This record gives sequence, structure tokens and C-alpha cells, in this order.
Amino acid sequence: MSAARRDTLLWLAQRWSAAVLALCLLVHLAGIIYAVRGGLTAAEILGRTRGNAPFALFYGLFVVAISIHAPLGLRAILTEWTLWRGRSQDLALAALAVLLLGLGLRAVWAVVQ
Amino acid sequence: MGATAGESSAQEEMLEVSVWHGTENGEFRHYRVPRRDSQTVLDVVTYIQRHLDPSLSYRFACRVGMCGSCAMTVNGVARWTCRSHVDQVIRDGRLEIAPLAHLPVVRDLVTDMRPFFDKWAQAKGRFQGGTTRNDPVARVPPDTPERRAVDAAIECIGCGVCYASCDVVGWRPEYLGPAALNRAWTLVNDVRDVSRLEHLKAVASEGGCLSCHTHTSCSERCPKKIAPTAGISGLKRACARAALRGEL
Amino acid sequence: MSAMVSPAYRARHHPAYWAFLVHRLSGLALTLFLPLHFLVLGQALQGEAALDGLLRWTDNLPLKVAETLLVIAAAAHLTGGLRLLLLEGLAWRGPRKDLAALAAGVSLAVALLFALAVLS
Repeated sequence: MSAARRDTLLWLAQRWSAAVLALCLLVHLAGIIYAVRGGLTAAEILGRTRGNAPFALFYGLFVVAISIHAPLGLRAILTEWTLWRGRSQDLALAALAVLLLGLGLRAVWAVVQ
Repeated sequence: MGATAGESSAQEEMLEVSVWHGTENGEFRHYRVPRRDSQTVLDVVTYIQRHLDPSLSYRFACRVGMCGSCAMTVNGVARWTCRSHVDQVIRDGRLEIAPLAHLPVVRDLVTDMRPFFDKWAQAKGRFQGGTTRNDPVARVPPDTPERRAVDAAIECIGCGVCYASCDVVGWRPEYLGPAALNRAWTLVNDVRDVSRLEHLKAVASEGGCLSCHTHTSCSERCPKKIAPTAGISGLKRACARAALRGEL
Repeated sequence: MSAMVSPAYRARHHPAYWAFLVHRLSGLALTLFLPLHFLVLGQALQGEAALDGLLRWTDNLPLKVAETLLVIAAAAHLTGGLRLLLLEGLAWRGPRKDLAALAAGVSLAVALLFALAVLS
């Protein structure tokens, strides 16, 4: 793959994940504003999420999109505002993607199971 | 060290002017220059060089806002000094004049413009035609979208103000910069150019259009009222389409 | 001898630049927050009581303020991001400082709604 193609596809991945996140976050913000009224307990949360397949799919997608979007965004910040570049930066960001994916899907599982 | 003062009549107002001397490692030297009506920053610099400090180096040519040679950093902002009235730019009676940012300093207010034009070449800012002098002249109707896009961007005279104003240029040494990308945009939209894909390949990278973060400082500062951000956005879309089609 | 101060900082005083700064800083804040968020929710694996314990722990004013700030960050990043998707995805119609202003307004409104809801 040429460098031009790779760079452009990474740029596209950032924009596409952004579009997915825009929808997910909109729904999520509406949800939490609704849910936190009058206090929020674990029982209330789990009452809504346990066994909820659509919820799991939605938040699963949310987590995947975040795992793509956040590391790519951080990449620009690190390259432009620090001296960190190169292979070690790539590996660290890949690790971040795995971390977000792992912790995120675990969290979804934790409230759905 | 006190300021070097120019001749003045009794009640004349004096400007406090700081001018950069040296290379990247240098210092601001201070002068007091008589204030005049309709005085431009270029007038101030010229006064200093003629009456107060003959060693001061600076560039200008047309002095009427056509050539872009006199671009400098005035009170923190890149501008053409011949088109900057002192009244417009003065802050608390003071002027601070430095060379354009993001370029090597040759001396005092003179920068080395080679990196700026080298990036122009790296962005493949060069027309490539497919006809000869024996072919009829190309007809490009002015009301086509491509021609309108070119017209909005073609008046660039390479003054470097956008380049000096762009933070991404400062943050990423390899970033081609607004002027080079703007020129690439005019060529991508030039229907006579036969190397459209080569133009896109030259800018489809993190050193190219993809790192523009739409600060729009370039478009805010351009003295020719060009919006490089517009062209760079267009390049992003064109590169994306080409990548998805497997052309890059 | 003094080295030159970066001169471009004064060239940054315009709305589209502030929009960029808000967008980048909010994104950074959210990226730092998210692993914590996932870990808290993951506590549900230890049972309802474990999750409830953590929620009780956040039931104080400083943390509610912090949550509201995070909601501002999320809303600002969302609305600012939508503006960028328009600027990059559609034909250029100027820097859309109107959208930047709208984004700021909507973010504050969302954060206010959240603050009212969470403090009720």
C-alpha cells in the first residue's frame, strides 16, 4: 500500500468513526440526562441494561468506534505537540486502541450479562 | 540600552519601535521614530534604516501592495508592511517588527524563502499540459465549477504570510503549508492539466492536506483574500475519493 | 541575547482557532476519562453492590461539577466535530463561524441540562 493511500485511509477512518460517534454520543447524552434525574443507582442502570441485546449492540458499536477514533486523534496531538514520533508512538497508540476496546467491551458485558 | 531616536520637532509624537536584529538568535533593538500621517510600517522600517541604523536588513519592492516582498511579523501578526498603516496595527504606542515566522532568518527582517518554495515543488505545484503549440488554444468556460474554484485561488503571489500564520507549519516541519496546497488545488482543478493523479499523490499525506486542522489562520491573514482552507478541504475530498477508488 | 518569542500567538485570536483548541482539548480530556469510565462500569462484574458503591462515591458536589465539565467536553467535541465534518465533507462555504458559535451554545445548553438533571 502506498503511503498516500495509507495516510488517506487513516484520515477516512477518523472521519467515519467520527460520524458514527456523533450519532452514538447524541443518543448517549440524551440517555444519561434522562437517567440521572433524581439520582442514579446501580439497580436503575442494571435494570435497564441487563439482558438488553439492542443496548449491547449499540454500545458495542460505540466502543469499537471510540477505539478507532481516540488513538488517531491522540496521534495528531502527540506528533504536533510533543517530540514523540515513529514506531514507538505507533505501538503505544495501537496498545491504547486495544485497551479501549478491551475495557469498553468488558464494561458493556458487565452491565448486560 | 536606550532607544535610538530620530529627529523631531518639539511636540511631535514618537513611536516606540522594536525591531529584530540578527538571525534566529538575536535581539530586539529599540528605536523612537517620528509619527506621521498615513504612515505605514514599511515607512517606519525605511526611516530606521535611513536615519538611525544603516545596518538594518529588510526586503521590499513595489511598496504599493502588489508584490508581497515586504511581509513581516508586526505586533505578532504576519502582514504586508507597505499595506499596514501604523494606526491600524499600533498597540499602546508600540510597534514590534520581526521577520516572518517559520522560515530561517538570513538577517534581521530578511527570511530565507527557499523552504517555502521547495514545499511548493514537493506539492507538485507545477502545471503539466498535454498539447503543443500546434494545437488549438484550450477553451475553459469561466462559469464551470472547476474554473470558479481555480479563479478563487489563482491570485497567490507567494508572499508567505499564510505559511507564517499557520500553526501546523510550526508544529510539523514536513507540512507543505497553505500556499503550496492552494497551488496544488488550482492545478487539480485545471482541466488542461494531464497529471491530476500525480497532484493528488503529492498532497495525500500527513505532510500534505490531511494535516490541515481548519484553523483558517491562513484564510484570515491572506492579503489577497484567498482562502487556502477552502482548497485544502477540496483536496481532502479529492484524495479520499481517489483512495477509495484505488487510484492512490 | 534573547531568542525570538513565537510571534504567531497573536494571529490565533479568532473564532475558528478557538473552535480548534476547544475541539482538541475536549478530545484529549475525553480520551483520558474513558478508561476510568469503562473501569467503573466494569465493576458490575463484581455485582450490583460493587457498582452502587462507586456511584455513591461520586455523589458529591465536586464530582458532579467534574461530570458536568465532562459533559461540556463531550457536547463540545460532538458539535465541533459535526462542524468539521461539514467543512471537510461539503463544498466550502466559508469557515462557518456561525456554526462554531452554535456549537458553543448547544454545548453549554446540554451541560446545563445535565447539571440540572444530576443535581435534582
